[in-house]
Amino acid sequence: MGKKLLIHNEHVANIHTLEVYKQHGGYASVEKAIKTMTPEAIVEEVKKSGLRGRGGAGFPTGMKWSFLAKPEGVPRYLVCNADESEPGTFKDRYLMEKIPHALVEGMITSSFALGVHTAYIYIRGEYFYVSRILEKAIEEAYAAGLLGKNILGSDYSLDLYVQVGGGAYICGEETALLESLEGKRGNPRIKPPFPAIAGLYGCPTVVNNVETIAAVVPIVMMGGDEYAKIGIGRSTGTKLISASGHINKPGVYEIELGLPVEEFVYSEEYCGGIWKGKKMKACIPGGSSVPIIPAELLLKTAAGEPRLMTYESLSDGGFATGSMLGSGGFMVYDEDTSIPMNLYTLNRFYHHESCGQCSPCREGTGWMEKVAHRLAEGHGKPSDIDLLWDIQKRIEGNTICPLGDAAAWPVASAIRHFRQEFEALIPKKEVAH
Amino acid sequence: MPKVTIDGHTIQVPDGTTILQAARMIGPEVAPPTMCYYSKLKTSGGYCRTCIVKVTKGSDKDPRPMPKPVASCRTMVMDGMEVVNNTSPEIVDARKGVVEFLLINHPLDCPVCDQAGECHLQDLGYEHGLSSTRYDFERRTFERKDIGDKIQLHMNRCILCYRCVKTADQVTDGRSHGVMNRGDVAEISTYIEKAIDNDFSGNVIDVCPVGALTDKTFRFKSRVWFTKPVDAHRDCPKCSGKTTLWLKGEDVLRVTARKDQWGEVEEWICNECRFDKKKTKDWIIEGPRKIDHHSVISQNHYNKLANPHYKKLGK
Repeated sequence: MGKKLLIHNEHVANIHTLEVYKQHGGYASVEKAIKTMTPEAIVEEVKKSGLRGRGGAGFPTGMKWSFLAKPEGVPRYLVCNADESEPGTFKDRYLMEKIPHALVEGMITSSFALGVHTAYIYIRGEYFYVSRILEKAIEEAYAAGLLGKNILGSDYSLDLYVQVGGGAYICGEETALLESLEGKRGNPRIKPPFPAIAGLYGCPTVVNNVETIAAVVPIVMMGGDEYAKIGIGRSTGTKLISASGHINKPGVYEIELGLPVEEFVYSEEYCGGIWKGKKMKACIPGGSSVPIIPAELLLKTAAGEPRLMTYESLSDGGFATGSMLGSGGFMVYDEDTSIPMNLYTLNRFYHHESCGQCSPCREGTGWMEKVAHRLAEGHGKPSDIDLLWDIQKRIEGNTICPLGDAAAWPVASAIRHFRQEFEALIPKKEVAH
Repeated sequence: MPKVTIDGHTIQVPDGTTILQAARMIGPEVAPPTMCYYSKLKTSGGYCRTCIVKVTKGSDKDPRPMPKPVASCRTMVMDGMEVVNNTSPEIVDARKGVVEFLLINHPLDCPVCDQAGECHLQDLGYEHGLSSTRYDFERRTFERKDIGDKIQLHMNRCILCYRCVKTADQVTDGRSHGVMNRGDVAEISTYIEKAIDNDFSGNVIDVCPVGALTDKTFRFKSRVWFTKPVDAHRDCPKCSGKTTLWLKGEDVLRVTARKDQWGEVEEWICNECRFDKKKTKDWIIEGPRKIDHHSVISQNHYNKLANPHYKKLGK
């Protein structure tokens, strides 16, 4: 049984209340941080922990924090990205719904470390009921003196707000999120400047995923070095995985990074194997944007090494034979799944969610959807597969934000690994006698 | 003062210069085409991706190349930076891709479009486009919207460059139009079909790179290459009064702002000059307007154009 740091109390009755949460050691990190640590020391611990952003990109959190500009007389902001919209990812919802105080506690401790006095949780529109849960938790924290003026009698003050978004996938991109939070149209900004220099309202801002912020709590409690002992290499700590698809036990699992993928898929403790006694055909291991890979490449790298649940191992072999850990949206497909139909579904999503700012994504995603639809429905042309490949190649890397890449990678990987399946769907021309 | 090398030409530029500006300083042979960037409009650029270039060396301090093509209009030069534009087959191909994307849903109704002849998308398609399309689906269309008696909105032709939105925002008071909806159904429009009505709103026509916003008072009057551009001015209490008149015989068919080498207006003009002064006696005519780089109008001959791409093509 792996170590659990984030959702170990998930089944405790009434853990969503401040009282029960505190009985189980909650808010100790706030106490420890404010009373015994300096902000710099906390940032140092986070750096030592090797924690990497849990939203998908995996950028080292400590480094992100140390980039935050600190000009005199200018407010700084911490924004929690709770706009969890990546298809196949639902870990943040689970965490916020079950243990809302874990996020609130992480927000307070992180805000203290960053010298922030106003922090926001930007939550996606579809999670409206979760926003209510969070607001209740924040209310309790204010009443207990954990938020507001002079937290725990210190001279540190923090206000924490929840903002509900309109439900656009693009608002999960950090600069689009900031635009939306400012009350504008949720279009990604052109970078640089990065949020660490000019973010919310033009002030230095750190944007972190829910799980990243929640992970700051155990890091402060156990120390960065201790946290870094969990996991392998540069993939330290635990990670929440949203397991879905054709498995026996879909759900949210907290794993220690470094767990063999095979164990994750087949052991009773986690996914419990493929449903109905079928075989696994393919898997998207990190949310819909990362490349889909066939079962044999999921379990073993091209070099024959067992694949592990780490940032490095899952991307071993690059896009040719690997994928990415991404947000941990682990989607498993059984042998009867149509990859072209799956691709069409993803294309439709990205087309719908493209913000329309830059040309390749605005026009390309719609085009890919139409071609993929034709292919999946069996009306494709022999040139369509190469056309799809060409379109994705011309989107990838040429857009303002990563949505273009996210739309292109599934197409590239589906064609790379399952080309025959697409070819089989193209009607054969009748030969004239 | 940082030094930057673009396609083998080295130039020293002031701090804060973008790659695009530096390339324009070198000359049209290295300057990337632009569809959304407009030097007179703050925060413009970055959307269309036609001006992408490859940074092969970041700077003297950090010589690493940039991993992806960058929008030259929004990327600042660093000392020692090396950039490839037309000399990079990869960039030329990527630009072809962008042009293809811009054209797949464009109606290609040039024969009835008033912008034809001075349309940047036409130029771009001519230089970088394919002779046929790979897009065999129905093209996107929008419902027609009336935005007043002076400006014709043709949303089907729009490439969402945001120039008009920024013009309305930065040049006129009380912006009444913007971008509605999302993705490939996003459109520029006025809120609840409100008419655009203020003294400088006509400038959105001049900044539009395509035929999405055209002059209603000039609608279907003439192809632009049959009109003769002359510089003229008048004493205007609202604007500089410096304009270009487009004449057919003695008739003033159209009034626009004066545009520079890059197709950008030199000075904004007011609606009175643009729409209401259509008699030669309203104006003091200075002499013929030289139109180069982006237009077939200048000499009525394609081969006289300054743009080297046309020369290469031998047209």
